[in-house]
Amino acid sequence: MLDPFLKIDGLSKTFGNTKALDNVSLDINKSELFSLLGSSGCGKSTLLRIIAGFEKPDSGKIYLDGQDITTLPPYLRPLNIMFQNYALFPHLNVKKNIEFGLKEEDLDKKEIDQRVNEITTLLELTGLESRKINEISGGQQQRVALARCLVKKPKLLLLDEPLAALDKKLRVQTQFELVNLQYKLGITFIIVTHDQEEAMSLSDRMAIMKEGNILQIGNPVEIYEKPSDKYVANFIGTANLFNLNLIDQKLIIKELNLEISNNSSKNKKLCLIRPEKIKIQKLENQNTQNQCIGVIKEVAYLGSYTKYLIESNGFNFYAFMQNEEVSRNLKIKWDDKVICTWSEDSIFFFDD
Amino acid sequence: MTNFLKKQNFWFVFTPYFWLVLFFFIPLALIFKISISVSEWGMPPYRDMFAFSEEGLSINVTLSNYLFIFSDSFYLRSYLNSLNLALTSTLICLLIGYPIAFYVAKSKENIRNLLLILLIIPFWTSFLLRVYAWKVILQGSGVINTILIKFGIIDQPLSMLHNHYAVILGVVYTYLPFMILPLYGYLVKFDLNLIDASSDLGAKPFKTFIKVIIPLSLPGIMAGSMLVFIPVVGEFVIPELLGGSDKLYFGKIIWDEFFVNRDWPIASALAMSGIFILVVPIIIFQLMYAKYHFKNE
Amino acid sequence: MQNIILKMNKIFLKSFFLTIGFAFLYFPILTLIVYSFNDNKRVMVWKGFSFRWYGELFRNEQILEAFMISIKIASLSATFATLLGVMIGYSLVRIPKIPARPFFIFLSSSPLVMPEIILGLSLLLFFISSNHLIGFPSSKGQLTVLISHITFSVAFVAVIIQSRLSSYDKNIEEAAQDLGTLPNKIFWKITAPVILPSIISGWLLAFTLSLDDLVVASFTTGPGANTLPIVVFSKVRLGLSPEVNALSSMIMLFVVIAAVIFYFVNRSNVQK
Repeated sequence: MLDPFLKIDGLSKTFGNTKALDNVSLDINKSELFSLLGSSGCGKSTLLRIIAGFEKPDSGKIYLDGQDITTLPPYLRPLNIMFQNYALFPHLNVKKNIEFGLKEEDLDKKEIDQRVNEITTLLELTGLESRKINEISGGQQQRVALARCLVKKPKLLLLDEPLAALDKKLRVQTQFELVNLQYKLGITFIIVTHDQEEAMSLSDRMAIMKEGNILQIGNPVEIYEKPSDKYVANFIGTANLFNLNLIDQKLIIKELNLEISNNSSKNKKLCLIRPEKIKIQKLENQNTQNQCIGVIKEVAYLGSYTKYLIESNGFNFYAFMQNEEVSRNLKIKWDDKVICTWSEDSIFFFDD
Repeated sequence: MTNFLKKQNFWFVFTPYFWLVLFFFIPLALIFKISISVSEWGMPPYRDMFAFSEEGLSINVTLSNYLFIFSDSFYLRSYLNSLNLALTSTLICLLIGYPIAFYVAKSKENIRNLLLILLIIPFWTSFLLRVYAWKVILQGSGVINTILIKFGIIDQPLSMLHNHYAVILGVVYTYLPFMILPLYGYLVKFDLNLIDASSDLGAKPFKTFIKVIIPLSLPGIMAGSMLVFIPVVGEFVIPELLGGSDKLYFGKIIWDEFFVNRDWPIASALAMSGIFILVVPIIIFQLMYAKYHFKNE
Repeated sequence: MQNIILKMNKIFLKSFFLTIGFAFLYFPILTLIVYSFNDNKRVMVWKGFSFRWYGELFRNEQILEAFMISIKIASLSATFATLLGVMIGYSLVRIPKIPARPFFIFLSSSPLVMPEIILGLSLLLFFISSNHLIGFPSSKGQLTVLISHITFSVAFVAVIIQSRLSSYDKNIEEAAQDLGTLPNKIFWKITAPVILPSIISGWLLAFTLSLDDLVVASFTTGPGANTLPIVVFSKVRLGLSPEVNALSSMIMLFVVIAAVIFYFVNRSNVQK
């Protein structure tokens, strides 16, 4: 069997009384765009800093491309990191920033110039070479930071919240550029982020972290549709979570006092129905399973879809409706009585 | 490599540490030692602290120098004069400096930079010469008297030099930049929107000033006041050039005890008591203020 | 209407305070400059315009020598004080384990609040005792003035460097390491160049402090070490001196030229 490109094996790290990392293991493949996602303090930044070599783990090993790099100092690791605030050298201009790492490798001037030229062309920085760092825009700074790392042709690029400092519109555009760039260069990327949308749209695979542990590793679809637990379900997107009871061989949603269809999931305790999977209609006819009657409590029109908070049996949950037609008024409004339906296979049952 | 860092760090700490102990701490300890020595004629003009004689080891330690300066109202008065001078001029500097700093900070950016340079120019010009300028102005035959006589307002020149007020004028003039610059530093960072917010909430301009602007610039006021107050307490040059015999100041007394009377123990005792009465309270105050400020941030 | 009056009022107040303030700051200096062109030995009696005292000034060997000594001591003192001050600033911000750290902080900050007369006295007594004990310094002179100036300037430089370093982004040093810089080169390649503007302002401040100092120099000076302030002070202590007026104008001219250069360099930097 082939070894993974980056193998993280049982890393632990404690700062004072807090466990930043608790026996974390992770395999990342070559040319993969991998995200570490979690709220602040979950240990994702510590993990990144350990991979980069700025922190020493208390225990555990890191292998990159088959080589044990656990004790290697940062300046000897064949990988680079892009900092959240970019950490560009304010006393050097754009070109000097980009060629900084190559000069440290003692390459000859011709090769340095050639590689710097390549990367400035690739990242559309041509013409800015002699500018000072404080004379270029935030988006340009971000590209200089990327160029400064990529020009060294690292085996692995670590990106700490690469888009956090950009404004929203630029962020979406840059997301695509980043994915294209990674695809073009084939360099393995590890991105740390707290932004779930960013992680979903960027990553081939991602890991959800909480309190120094990895809760789930998978591709965005797996993680959204089949979260490993309540925390992950809530962290990614909006989650309607229901407890289940088995009464007389019938599976009942406790909160709604409603029987749901089931074939194989008799002994499950918890299920998830994502809001966009619930269809709501004004109350007209009534059926039996996988539906319930509720009252609209809140309506939020968001353009492409509308968010409804529905109360049923004293319990609140969300439903998202695509706004499919051009219409002046919402068909379903406050205090309307609605019937909510979902298909059998839109229910996800948690393993215990 | 860490070895190298350790070595670098060692030299970075050790070199200045060594320098300051040798040339700052030991000299201070030395004046403390001399201040409790017995004075006598000779060179050096005090008795060794430990003397070996036929009667064995005798230790010559005395508090008499301190007792002497505290019992003589002459010294006490000079302390009070210096304190008075420092307090008055700090206050005046604040009153003059605050509006200037405020309006400079609130000017448009291109004008602001120009004004700032204009503020700094006197600061870079020789301190001594700026004091001397007032001597030229206030002289019996100086600028002011010449003008006043020419316009027939007075017929005998006023004697404006060589008194406490001339000293205050000189101090305010030379130390004004030390008040304005830190105040400016705080006021320029200060968000103009806060003034709008305050008047939006119904505060009149004066109230806005008292309730919003002053409290927010308090760190600048403290810094500026310290920069004026502390050196003025020991000020020697200005009283010497502009002052008269009406008031003696602390700095001048030390100078005279040392250079004129050649009484090293008394001069040292004066210096030590100056440190304990003036400097130590300031350090304690600053520490407390820093703590208070830290808590409130 | 009321608003306009209020606004007029504001503008009036502003120009009033600024005019009065700047007039107060510049009136004495301008007076000196005007009288420096007075062709009369009695400073305050106007006789006519002339450059006579500038000529006298440039022929006055005592002043010229003192000027050279002052410049020499000030530049040496500023250089050493900057070196030591950078070390202190760096140590306080970056090195967690300093033996007796509170004492180190005390040593590096209390020269700021120490009246110069006490500082001068203590240093003089120290030099005398150390001369008695080990024969060093062999006599008071330029060396003792230099040592004293370094000692009180260090604290000022240290404050500037410390405040710069505490707002300094440590990530850029990590970035340099990540790009392959060896730890022993980081200080010289990254840290020092980045804080260079602060180092320069520290040096300039130390230079001015030394150039301006009269009290400490008066205590610690000796033969052949009469700095410019000492000479000027001895000339103006009892009366007025037309040569000193001329000297003031020269210094003023120099400072204004420096300020104009600084202003335009700064402005073109900002505009870029």
